Amino acid sequence: MRQALTFVSLNHESTPRHGKTRTHLSRARTALFAGGFIAAAALAFLLSGYQLFQATMIIAYGVALLGLNILTGYNGQISLGHGAFFALGSYLTAVLMTSFGVPFWAAVVASGAASMAVGYAFGIPAVRLEGLYLALATFALGVAVPQLLKAHFLEQWTGGVQGISLDKPEAPFGLPLSPDQWLYLCALIAAVFLFWTAINLLQGEPGRIMRAIRDHEIAAQAMGVNTSHYKALTFSVSAGYTGIGGGISALAVQFVAPDSFTMFLSISLLVGIVIGGIGTVWGAFFGAVFILFVPALAESVSKAAPWAVYGGVLIIFMFLMPSGVVGLLRRVLHWRN
Amino acid sequence: MKRSAGSILEFKVFNMDGFLEQLLVGVSTGGVYAIMALALVMIYSATHHINFAQGEMAMFSTFIAWQLIQFGIPYWFAFVLTIAISFVISCVIEVAVIRPLTHRPVLSVVVVFIGLLVIFNSLAGLLFGYTIKEFPSPFSNLEWLSISLLTPHQLGALLVTFALVVLLFLFFRFTTLGLTLRAAAQNPRSAELAGIDSGRMLLVGWGLAGAIGAIAGMMVAPVVFLDPNMMSGILLYAFAGALIGGIDNPVGAVAGGFIVGVMENLLGTYVVGTELKLTVALVIIVGVLIFKPEGLWGRRIVARV
Repeated sequence: MRQALTFVSLNHESTPRHGKTRTHLSRARTALFAGGFIAAAALAFLLSGYQLFQATMIIAYGVALLGLNILTGYNGQISLGHGAFFALGSYLTAVLMTSFGVPFWAAVVASGAASMAVGYAFGIPAVRLEGLYLALATFALGVAVPQLLKAHFLEQWTGGVQGISLDKPEAPFGLPLSPDQWLYLCALIAAVFLFWTAINLLQGEPGRIMRAIRDHEIAAQAMGVNTSHYKALTFSVSAGYTGIGGGISALAVQFVAPDSFTMFLSISLLVGIVIGGIGTVWGAFFGAVFILFVPALAESVSKAAPWAVYGGVLIIFMFLMPSGVVGLLRRVLHWRN
Repeated sequence: MKRSAGSILEFKVFNMDGFLEQLLVGVSTGGVYAIMALALVMIYSATHHINFAQGEMAMFSTFIAWQLIQFGIPYWFAFVLTIAISFVISCVIEVAVIRPLTHRPVLSVVVVFIGLLVIFNSLAGLLFGYTIKEFPSPFSNLEWLSISLLTPHQLGALLVTFALVVLLFLFFRFTTLGLTLRAAAQNPRSAELAGIDSGRMLLVGWGLAGAIGAIAGMMVAPVVFLDPNMMSGILLYAFAGALIGGIDNPVGAVAGGFIVGVMENLLGTYVVGTELKLTVALVIIVGVLIFKPEGLWGRRIVARV
């Protein structure tokens, strides 16, 4: 079955043919990742204040976008409501920390687990829906969650319209780190773990099955894949990633309120994965940079109509690089070879 | 006050006239959703894209109408002029932005639609301001239009909806242009073999969608007042209506628009209150779609493996 599945998704993922090139490549890659990690960790001591906050937010959005990309890019299920899972993760982290005194790391992990559970529960009926219908269903989710967060019966935990303020965790064991640096480093380590897990997941059999479902669901079924099971599972993993991203962002912002999680967030997430590169792992990073910085840049270009500038940038991006930043980079590298 | 189900109070509040009124109000807003749903179907049937910017384009058209009326142009003349301008704007967008993306991935096109959405929203705010504006109703001084339960405008808007649906039906059924449009939408390749320029038909389809959206905007603006965010909720209801009725079936989409309008209004009045009605309406729609994925009157898609 594995070989057959590889065959199905051959068009999209080029499988290395020679074992030698593969180890060679992967060694170069490991070196690249290690270098990247050290550089990213060094940022904790080079950046200060607001810049460090932005770096943490890039990590938070990056993890969330990776989650959405697993669902949309690798499994072909479109979601216009992933902001709901981002909100869920943010709120759970905040509530667990403020109302129940849970340590921050455990709160984020629990938020991720809870988002996975909710994602699975939502994924079960959603597997019956395809394309636009799924877009509408997820849109409904994205609309419903901010309204639910304002609802009266949840107010004792969510704080209603007021939201919740929370404190940044202090570095333990008397480490000479400011709370900003500590949070950034923790987020970075979590992101490395999550990206590593995602890469393994996507390169292994589950990833092949996901792509097979995306490319031809009926063929995948004929090959013995339990497609609805895998689609619901993918939904769950995706929601979990996005929930953890939300948890990290709640810690960085130190505040959660229903109005931070409007439809605009869900749409930004979708924009982020398309700009970064659909069906790529590292697109999440470029997408995160885009959704964090471009709105502010647009505002500096035109104070009167920043969103017109933003929309223009979006359209230009899609004209110049329809397969996202990673797609463009790949094309450039390929062309040089 | 009307929320708690089963209380004695509710029996007193619930009366047939009130119910009928809410039903009719729902039908009248449903008419606007139906028109917007038609605009969505117009583009969907030709390109299989949902134009997420349709609502903002309609809002922009309504602002153009408002500006024309401010210039002192009589309402119905401004009405026709706005439809013509919207037709042209829509065609320009098709040629300049959408056509070059014909063979690009679906999600790239979705992002372009999102781009158009924020551009129109922002431009409307920049050109016309963010303050909420009153938009005139051509029916407001026609007292004879008022029946006991509906305002003249609601009834007038409903009549416009029906007139538009009938006109479109006649257009697609009995005119050469309508027939060629349908042919190009159903099977572009065969249509081209029969000598139809399917590219031009796509252009006309977009233009029509823009024009139809403009009508929806001008009909809803007197009710919800005119501002750059006027159409965002309406587009969503129209989208839901189109899906529930069957996105490839214009008649189904119109019916779906009415169903959503009535359901939204009755739910908001009698069950959950106005705050949660959008959520509840969406949940019900999704529930229906789970059991009938092709919509109530849609064609079941059969894929060849």
